[in-house]
Amino acid sequence: MNAPEKFVATAAAQGAVGQPRIHESARAHVAGAATYVDDVPEVKGTLHAAPILSKVARGRLLGVDAAEALKMDGVKDVVLARDIPGDPILATFAHDEPVLARDTVEFVGQVVGVVVAETVMQARRAARKVKLEIEPLPAILDVREAVKQQSFVLPPVTVRRGEPEQGIARAPHRLAGSLEVGGQEHFYLEGQVGYALPLEQGQWWIYSSTQHPGEVQHWVAHALHVPASAVRVDCRRMGGGFGGKETQAGHIAVWAALAANKTKRPVKLRLDRDDDFLVTGKRHPFAYDYEVGFDDAGRILGLKLMLAANCGWSADLSGPVADRAVFHADNAYFLGDVEIVSYRCRTNIQSHTAFRGFGGPQGMIVTEALLGDIARALGKDPLDVRKANLYGVEERNVTHYQMTVEDNILHPLLARLEQDADYRRRRAEIAQWNAASPVIKRGIAITPVKFGISFTATFFNQAGALGHVYTDGSVQVNHGGTEMGQGLHTKVCQIVADELGLPFERVRITSTDTGKVPNASATAASSGTDLNGRAAQFAARQIRQRLAEYVAGKQGCRPEQVIFAHGQVSGPEAVMSWEQLVDDAWHSRVQLWSDGFYRTPKIHYDKNTLTGRPFYYFAYGAACTEVAIDTLTGENRVLKVDILHDVGHSINPALDIGQIEGGFIQGMGWLTTEQLVWTDKGLLATHAPSTYKIPATGDVPEHFRIALWPEPNREDNVGGSKAVGEPPFMLAISVWEALRDAVAAASGQARVALDAPATAENVLKALKG
Amino acid sequence: MESRTIRFIRRGELVSLTNVPPERTLLEVLREDLNATGTKEGCGEGDCGACTVVLAEPDRGRLKYRAINACIRLAHSIDGMALWTVQDLAGDDGTLHPAQEAMVQAHGSQCGFCTPGFVMSLFGMYQNHVLQGEGITRELAQEELSGNLCRCTGYRPILDAAQAMAALPRVEQDEQAILRQLEEINARRALAGAGDMNSYLAPLSLPELLRLRAAHPQAQVVAGCTDVGLWVTKLHQRFNQVLDVTQVAELRRVEPYEHHIAIGAAVTLTAAFEALAGQRPQLKTFFARFAGLPVRNAGTLGGNVANGSPIGDSMPLLIALGAHVVLLSVRGHREMPLEQFYTGYRQNVLAPDEIVGWIKVPRPVEGEFLRAYKISKRYDDDISAVCLAIRMRLADGVVQDISIGAGGVAATPARALQAEEALRGQPWTEQAAQRAAAALGSEFHPISDMRASAGYRAEVLANLVRRFWLETQGQAHINLESFRLAEVTLP
Repeated sequence: MNAPEKFVATAAAQGAVGQPRIHESARAHVAGAATYVDDVPEVKGTLHAAPILSKVARGRLLGVDAAEALKMDGVKDVVLARDIPGDPILATFAHDEPVLARDTVEFVGQVVGVVVAETVMQARRAARKVKLEIEPLPAILDVREAVKQQSFVLPPVTVRRGEPEQGIARAPHRLAGSLEVGGQEHFYLEGQVGYALPLEQGQWWIYSSTQHPGEVQHWVAHALHVPASAVRVDCRRMGGGFGGKETQAGHIAVWAALAANKTKRPVKLRLDRDDDFLVTGKRHPFAYDYEVGFDDAGRILGLKLMLAANCGWSADLSGPVADRAVFHADNAYFLGDVEIVSYRCRTNIQSHTAFRGFGGPQGMIVTEALLGDIARALGKDPLDVRKANLYGVEERNVTHYQMTVEDNILHPLLARLEQDADYRRRRAEIAQWNAASPVIKRGIAITPVKFGISFTATFFNQAGALGHVYTDGSVQVNHGGTEMGQGLHTKVCQIVADELGLPFERVRITSTDTGKVPNASATAASSGTDLNGRAAQFAARQIRQRLAEYVAGKQGCRPEQVIFAHGQVSGPEAVMSWEQLVDDAWHSRVQLWSDGFYRTPKIHYDKNTLTGRPFYYFAYGAACTEVAIDTLTGENRVLKVDILHDVGHSINPALDIGQIEGGFIQGMGWLTTEQLVWTDKGLLATHAPSTYKIPATGDVPEHFRIALWPEPNREDNVGGSKAVGEPPFMLAISVWEALRDAVAAASGQARVALDAPATAENVLKALKG
Repeated sequence: MESRTIRFIRRGELVSLTNVPPERTLLEVLREDLNATGTKEGCGEGDCGACTVVLAEPDRGRLKYRAINACIRLAHSIDGMALWTVQDLAGDDGTLHPAQEAMVQAHGSQCGFCTPGFVMSLFGMYQNHVLQGEGITRELAQEELSGNLCRCTGYRPILDAAQAMAALPRVEQDEQAILRQLEEINARRALAGAGDMNSYLAPLSLPELLRLRAAHPQAQVVAGCTDVGLWVTKLHQRFNQVLDVTQVAELRRVEPYEHHIAIGAAVTLTAAFEALAGQRPQLKTFFARFAGLPVRNAGTLGGNVANGSPIGDSMPLLIALGAHVVLLSVRGHREMPLEQFYTGYRQNVLAPDEIVGWIKVPRPVEGEFLRAYKISKRYDDDISAVCLAIRMRLADGVVQDISIGAGGVAATPARALQAEEALRGQPWTEQAAQRAAAALGSEFHPISDMRASAGYRAEVLANLVRRFWLETQGQAHINLESFRLAEVTLP
C-alpha cells in the first residue's frame, strides 16, 4: 500500500529528483550507527547536569539550599541564576524569560538551576535533594480565567472584515457555542539534550539536538556574554523535532554551557523523559467562543470568533503561533463578514511553543466544527456544506487577511477524493448499518486542508548553502537546515546531484554547523526544502556554471552547450568523466566550491493589522476518515482513511508519503488519545508515556491509502514541489469530525459538544449531550 | 557485599563484567560501559521500546529468544544469557540482517531514534516466527510491535517491513555454538552457587531461593523488574542486595493438573498468557493489550501478582477465574484465593521470609461464560482506567457460579462480592444485569486521576455489565476490541 513508485513522474525520472530514494541515513539508522548528541564520544572530564525544578505553580523564590546535594557522591557544583555571566534573561524576541528562575517561579517544572556531577544518575539524584524555599502565590491555571483576568503574554489581536454583527443578524440561521481543544506533547523519541565544550581562548563548541542551531548559538553567546563568533553549534540529526526543538533546545544548551562555564569542564545535559515533559512547552491548548450566521445552503454569512491560546508562563513563539491560528481560521473557506479576536493568555504552566502546524490546526478545527454543526442543523451532508463554503477561484477568493488565494485546487481535489473514497455510497451504507447496530455507531467525514507556506515573519524566509567539490570529484553539501527525520538532507542531495549531473551517491551532506552557514532560520514552517533546497541548488549551479565556462573555453563553445549528466560532462568536442573535469579544473585554478543564497519572493505583511501576503503559496489536501464509537464506553477506533494530498511535483515520493502518513497519525493522536492533564496544583500529571498515550501500531487502520495530487506548484519553487511537513497533520481533523458524525448518529442530536481530544471519556460525555 | 561477575555472550564472544552495582541497568551498561550507543533511551520506563534488545536462553536444546526493554532491565539479570543489540545483527562485511534491510526498503525509519528498538523487535519476530516457518501477518506485526513507539512514520512502513522480512535471504544465528558457550557459563554459575554475600542473588533452585529469602529478608525481591526497574530509573532507588527469582528452575514451569494449572511465579507474562489463552481463547486480545511485548517477555505473572498494583490487569482476571496463590517459605507453604492476598494499597500478606510460588488457575468448566474488559485511553500498551472480568455459569437460565474481578476501582485489585451476590442463584435477565451493575456502583468508589474521572469509571463499570449481558445474548460486533470492518460492512 502507498507504494511511492506510483508517484514517480516520468518527466523527472531521469535524475535523482522525483525518485523515492531511501533516507540518506537509513542504513545507519537500522544498524545503530547513526550518531545523536548523546552518542558522541565524551571528552575526558565530561560532567553531567540535571535540572532543579520548581514544585510550585507560582511563588516567590526565597531561598535555594543545595548543602545536602553538594555533599553527595560525585557532585561537583550547583549552577543558579547568579552564575550567569551575561544577560539573565534569555535572548528571545519577547525577552521575558529568565534563563534560570530568580526571585519568582512561574510554573511547576520551571528550572531554578542545575546540579553538576560526575555521572548522570548522581546529578539527577542530587537535583532532587536541593531544597527550594518558595512562598506560594495565586496561580492562573485555566485559560478562560486568564481571559477574564486579562492575563496575557502579548496584547490581543483583532482581524475584522465587513460587518459580522449584521451578517449574523440578517442570516436566516444562527449558531453559537464554545469549544475546548487540548494541547499536545511532542514526544520526540530522543529527549532534549545539549553538550557544551569549552575550547581555547573563550570559544565554545555546542552539540545540540536543535531545529535552530543559529538560535542556540545566539542564546548561548548572550548568556555567556561572548560574541556569537565564539560559539559554534553542531547538529548532525535529531531524533525527532516536530517544533519541540525549535526554541526549547536552546534552554538545554544554555544550561549546559553555563554549567561548563562555571566548572571549566565539558558538560552534557540530557533530560530524563519525565523532566522533559515537565520542563518544555507543548502545542498550545485553545478555547473558543463562536457565533455564526448562515443561509439555507449552510454558507457562512457572518462569523464572530474568539480564540484564546493558552501560552503558558512566557511568550516564547506564542505570538506567531496565535497569528497563524488567526490566518488559518478560514481553513479552505470564504468566511464572509468576520471578526476574529485572538487572546494570548498567560497561565502558570509550561511555556507552549511550536508544534507541527504552529497554530494552524487550532485555527482550522473550530471552523470545521462549525461547518459540521451547520450541516447537521440543516440536515445536510457536511461535505456539501463544506463545498458550499470553499474559496472560489475567480470570486470569493480573498482571505480575511486580504490575501488573494491564487492557487486553489480544492474543488477538483475534493471531487476526486469523494469519488475515490466512494464517500456517498459509504455514507448511505453507514446510516443503514447504524440504524441496526445497538452499541457501535460508525461515522465518516471528509475535511480539506489549505495551509499557508512561508514563515509569517517575512525575514525568516532566507537560506544559505555551501557546495564543495573535492579534487576526487566527490561533493559535500552543507546548508542551514537541520535533519529531524523529515528527509531534508536526502532531498538536498537529490537536488544537488541533479544540478551537477551526478549519481545521488556522489553527494554527501554534513552536520548542520553554524561555522559553515551562518544566521540560518529554524528548520520549521515546513520550509526546509523550499529554502535550503533552493540555496543548495544555487550553490551547485554556480559551481556547474564555472565548470561549464572552463569547458567552453577549452572546447570553444558556449557554456550552455556543456551538458552535465550521468557523471559525465559533454561539450560539442569531447566527453569526459566528472572526475577528470574536476581534476583538470583544479589544476587550472577554477574555484570548485560555492555558496548559494535564496530568499522567498512576493511575500509581505503588516504585523500590526495582520494583512498582506504572508504566504508564498498554499499546500492543499483532503482526507476521508471512517470511525466507530462504542456508545457504552466512548471507546473509538479509526477504521479507514483515504488521503489525497498536494505536494506539487514530489522531489521524493517516499519521503513525502512518509510525512503525510506520519503527520496524519500524529494529528490523530492529538485529537484522540493524547491528553494532557494538569492537577489543580498545576502539576502536569501526564508526564511520561505511561500516562500520555501517542498512537501505537494498533491504532493505524489497515485501510490507510495515500494518493498525491499530480500538478506541480504553480509558484516557482524548487523542483515544482510543495512543502509537506505540516499540512498533512491537519488532515486528521477528519478523524474528529467523523467521531462527531458518529456521536450525532448515536444521540440523534444535531449539536455535538465534543471537546478534543476525543478520549473515550469525552466521547461518552458527548453522547449524553 | 560482594559483586559477582556478569557473564553473557554477545557477537559470539564471552563478555565478563565485574563490579556492576545491583541496580545498574542493562542500558547503562551498554551505553556507558560498553560504548554500545546504538541502543537508545527513549523514556527509561519500558513504554517506548527504543532500548529494545534481544536475549536468548537455552530451552530444551534450542535457544529461546525474547525482545526486552534494556532500560528497566537490571544488568545482572542477563547473566548466563546471549544478548543481541542493534549493532550485532549486520554481517562483518556490513550486510544488513533481514530485519534491517526490510526496514530500509520499506522507508521504515525517519528520525531513526526508535529504529534500533523496532529492528530488535523485528529480529525477535524473525527468530521466533520467520525461522520457524511461520509467516508474519499484519495482525501479528501490530501485536508484537505494540511496545515500540514511533512518532514519525505512522507505522505503516514498519508494519510493511515486518511482513517483508521473510522474503529476504535467510540469516541464521549459530545456535549450537552459542548453546555450548552458555552451557559453560551456566555450569560455572551452578558450581559457584548464589553466594550469600553477593549484592545480586540469583538462585537456581527453589530450596536455595527459600533459604536466601529467609536469610536476607531485606533484599529487594525482583521477578522481571518491569516495575522495580522504574523505582531505579525514576525514583533513583539503590539496593544493597537484590534477590532475583527468575532463574529458579521450579518456578519457571507451567504445570498441568486435572482441575487447574499451576503457573510458576517466574513464568513470563508471555508464557503465562499463552497457557491461559490456550484454555480460554477469548482472552487472547485481552492479553495482547497487556503492556507491550518486551514487557510481557520480561515481566512475570508472579511479579505482577506480588506487586499488586490496583491497576494491574492480571489480577481482576485471575480473581474472576477463581485463582489461588501459593506462598512458600522454609517453614512450608500456604494457599489462598488471590483476592485475600491483598491487605491494602500495594500491601499483601507475605511474611518477610515468604515468596509467591505458584498461581493456581482452575480449568474452564462446561458452560462457563467469561469476558475480560479493559478500558484505556489507547488500545495497546496502556494501563487500564477500568478493568472488569466476569465469569459466569448458568444452569437452566439461573446463575450458578459467578465471580467478578475489578481493577482501577479501589486501592487493591478487588472481587465484586456484592455484585456477585446480587446475581448468584438468580435468573439471568436484563434486570438481573442491571441489579449487578447497580451493586458494582455501590461497592466501589473509584478515584479521579489522569486516566479517567471517578464518574466515568463508575458509569463504565456499569455499562460493561451491560456489554456482558448483551454478549451472553449472542450480540456480536459490540466490542471495538474485536471489531473488524470487513465483517460488518453491508455488501
